[in-house]
Amino acid sequence: MQKYSFLSLIKNAFSGHKGWEVAWKDPTPKKEYDVVIIGGGGHGLATAYYLAKEHKITNIAVIEKGWIGGGNVGRNTTIIRSNYMHDENGLFYEKGMDLWRSMSQDLNFNIMFSPRGIINLAHSDAQMNAYARRGNSMRLNGIDAVLLDREEVKKKVPVLDFSDNVRFPIFGALMQPSAGTARHDAVAWGYARQADSMGVDIIQHCEVTGFDINNGKIQGIKTSRGDIKTKKVGLCVAGSTSILAEMLNMTLPIETHLLQACVSEPIKPILDHVVTFGAGHFYCSQSDKGEMVMGGDLDGYNSYAQRGNLPTLQHVLTEGIAMFPFLSKLNMLRTWGGIMDMSMDGSPIIDKTHIAGLYLNCGWCYGGFKATPASGFTFAHTIAQDRVHELNAGFRLDRFSTGHLIDEKGLGTKTWIS
Amino acid sequence: MLYIKCPHCGLRSQNEFAYGGDASVKRPELNKEISDQEWDEFVYLRKSPRGKHLELWHHVSGCRQWIKVLRDTSTHEIFNTYKSEEKVG
Repeated sequence: MQKYSFLSLIKNAFSGHKGWEVAWKDPTPKKEYDVVIIGGGGHGLATAYYLAKEHKITNIAVIEKGWIGGGNVGRNTTIIRSNYMHDENGLFYEKGMDLWRSMSQDLNFNIMFSPRGIINLAHSDAQMNAYARRGNSMRLNGIDAVLLDREEVKKKVPVLDFSDNVRFPIFGALMQPSAGTARHDAVAWGYARQADSMGVDIIQHCEVTGFDINNGKIQGIKTSRGDIKTKKVGLCVAGSTSILAEMLNMTLPIETHLLQACVSEPIKPILDHVVTFGAGHFYCSQSDKGEMVMGGDLDGYNSYAQRGNLPTLQHVLTEGIAMFPFLSKLNMLRTWGGIMDMSMDGSPIIDKTHIAGLYLNCGWCYGGFKATPASGFTFAHTIAQDRVHELNAGFRLDRFSTGHLIDEKGLGTKTWIS
Repeated sequence: MLYIKCPHCGLRSQNEFAYGGDASVKRPELNKEISDQEWDEFVYLRKSPRGKHLELWHHVSGCRQWIKVLRDTSTHEIFNTYKSEEKVG
């Protein structure tokens, strides 16, 4: 594989940029693979990368219905954090933070990781207490957390509405200074390029149409580009999980919902951190191009449409303007939607299934992007060793029936109001 | 914007409604022994189909009745709406 460096950039600049190799090949699917990963998003590509790197399994196909970077990995708001209270989530996402910090070097691809810090605003004494508790739990797990009072928030984010006449005054905030953002499509491309260089076949525009199961064991998959034999299949298809589950006669504790995001026109640097509203659901950061990147609630009804609806956007931006009054003066540049695999407790599922050789990775709700490296790392372990890693041991598929829910936010079973 | 025809009030915008989820889910009968698996299916497991989906909506800013809506989850087309007690054929 061609190494990207300052030197290679200069060399190619002098030869008219004609010497760049393709980042990944476009192979025809083989008849058989050791492992097939369904879904060429961030999680699927990361899984293939860690299978090759950590477990030396390289006879892998990543099957993608669309194209690399066209799904949720290119549709999120690029936020990376590990500010969770419960051990199952905190330790898992903190492993991810370690992987994020070295990812540009590991992948030889600039993912533009920017640990600018996330600030979760609090709007009451009770919320400050809850954040103090969450912050303490985080610190016990080795995750950085700082409780900010109103004046400290004002110093860091002066553009917030600190006037007296607001419905939700800012009491303070919980901050994770090591959290931040990364360029999301670079993450997909970086993983794809490295996985390809280690021998992984990335097969785009190939839809899975069925599974070959015999005696409770996976034997292969059927695709729009022919049948593929394999003993191990990993599902990494986020919002499309229930469609594949139906082919497998499985009913899962997830529902597919629509989540929107949007960006404003670019403006000069005004916001140095990721900031979230504490009295509703709204989050905002400023991209390197200067756009305000914003998102919030689900549209609220089951949906497989990758496009949003205006009432939700209006609701989300109303919260945004309550936080940052200057937003009302900006033009909207783009809005878009993606489909989320909403689990019933708001936490993900990475586990084996009742079918031998079939592994499940789903339930990422709003937060799949930040989980990309940790999800790939633990899912690769689960597939290669046929047992869960200690970091995803809590993300069991059967936790709903056994009552071992991961009650991070006190979410119930109504995915659309969580 | 979705427009939902409430069987009691007529065509109204989605802003008047709250979503209530899959209408095909049935609560287990109370007068018999209920297994853990039945509770699991009722509380947590959902088919979440792509395509036709029969779902509950609450006309919360209108007549406050629960209604059933047959809607496509990929196109958002609404085929029909029903009163809560109405049989869907």
